[in-house]
Amino acid sequence: MYALRQWSVRNSRKLEWLYQCFEGILIALHPFWLWIGYSRIEKPIRAVEKSVKSAMFDCQMCGSCVLSQTGMSCPMNCPKELRNGPCGGVRSDGYCEVESTMRCVWVDAWEGSQRMRDQTRIATVQPPLAQGQRGRSSWLREVRKKRDLRFFE
Amino acid sequence: MHPVTSDPGQPLPILEGHVSAGRLERVLRSGKFAVTAEIAPPDAADAEAVYERASVFDGCVDAINATDGSGANCHMSSVGVCSLLTRKGYAMVMQVSCRDRNRIAIQGDVLGAAAMGVTNILCLTGDGVQAGDQPDAKPVFDFDCISLLQTVTTMRDDGAFLSGRKLTTPPRVFLGAAANPFGPPLDYRPIRLEKKINAGAQFVQTQYCFDLERLQEYMSRVRDMGLTERCYILVGVGPMPSARTASWIRDNVPGVHIPDAVIKRLLGAQDQKEEGVRICVEMIQAVREIEGVHGVHIMAYKQEERVRDIVGESGVLEGRIPWYPGVSNDQPGQQT
Repeated sequence: MYALRQWSVRNSRKLEWLYQCFEGILIALHPFWLWIGYSRIEKPIRAVEKSVKSAMFDCQMCGSCVLSQTGMSCPMNCPKELRNGPCGGVRSDGYCEVESTMRCVWVDAWEGSQRMRDQTRIATVQPPLAQGQRGRSSWLREVRKKRDLRFFE
Repeated sequence: MHPVTSDPGQPLPILEGHVSAGRLERVLRSGKFAVTAEIAPPDAADAEAVYERASVFDGCVDAINATDGSGANCHMSSVGVCSLLTRKGYAMVMQVSCRDRNRIAIQGDVLGAAAMGVTNILCLTGDGVQAGDQPDAKPVFDFDCISLLQTVTTMRDDGAFLSGRKLTTPPRVFLGAAANPFGPPLDYRPIRLEKKINAGAQFVQTQYCFDLERLQEYMSRVRDMGLTERCYILVGVGPMPSARTASWIRDNVPGVHIPDAVIKRLLGAQDQKEEGVRICVEMIQAVREIEGVHGVHIMAYKQEERVRDIVGESGVLEGRIPWYPGVSNDQPGQQT
């Protein structure tokens, strides 16, 4: 939904806060997830994640979510799926060179990122997308990653 | 044929502190004002056509860019063009676009090209397939230009593929990127340049510059961020053949920004083609004065034969004659 997606970018700061709280809860529930088994919860969590994020961000379920580094504008909506910034073809009115009725997702991303708490996160160099993660839950992936980090520290 | 001792295909020694054996890196590192130009790859399986197109730049450019399906139109591949021209000793900038090949193909091409004597690689995102004559093609974009830069940097500096698998001989290439200081979001463009430099870009060639003011603003931001110390900037320029073409390009070629004043000036001229060349020469002379600009990249599409006049009239080479095949067979490339 394009209008909701635009709203999300305008409210990137609130969403950043909301996600941090939500991620905290998910991480706190780690022992519970472990007890049920991560592979078993993947499917239901994925279904929730997909419906929420599809509505709010036109999420494409790339499985490697970077919304908090892209001003809450999903880079996978870029027809070139650029994850590191806009191409050189952005129209002078800020619209996409490929889809002329859509604002460049990176023009939105830049605006969204400047409303967020850490405005420099948009400058992070993103590695090439792990194509094998497409369709999987980014939420659980993040939880596992952060949980592992804490464990090893 | 050249005798073995002066085979122009033989690489030059890599100087200390350099990453490549190429002449472009030598020119830029020695602080000279560099000139590069773009060759139009032929729609032919013909080596002679490539040699002919390259020879119009003899003695007036430091390196030749071979485009990779620019505008999403199919032509001879940049690997092919570069492989042919490096045989003659030309310094090539091989453009690699992310549109048509995935990470496996691109890393293989980088090795192949470097083995053929390519010493400069320009990493590009690439135009969308909708821009070209085969819009039903599958857009790949497995990499974007920044992850591509990072991958080739890893191949060169760590001697490994993206997977970590080791290379026995890494590609010794000077790495470049494109930049568009004229497209929105304007505030983000310098940050994007920094990101490209962090990912490994050592030189950039910009989109066509027709708006000096906007370039100056961009350059002052870029200088404040210290980026001109970390990267060589070559400003893109080119002659417009007529006011009509200029307005067509402005409206139809993504990312090209041409102010009304330029089109008006062309319209008012008696000979629009000559005026286009004059505008280009003036632009070269003007960008030369900007602190942190290290050269120009001339894109003279369908007017390649005018590049020699443009460079000559601008006077930016200051009498320097870049090496070209046949000028000195004994010491190819020693004369930068």
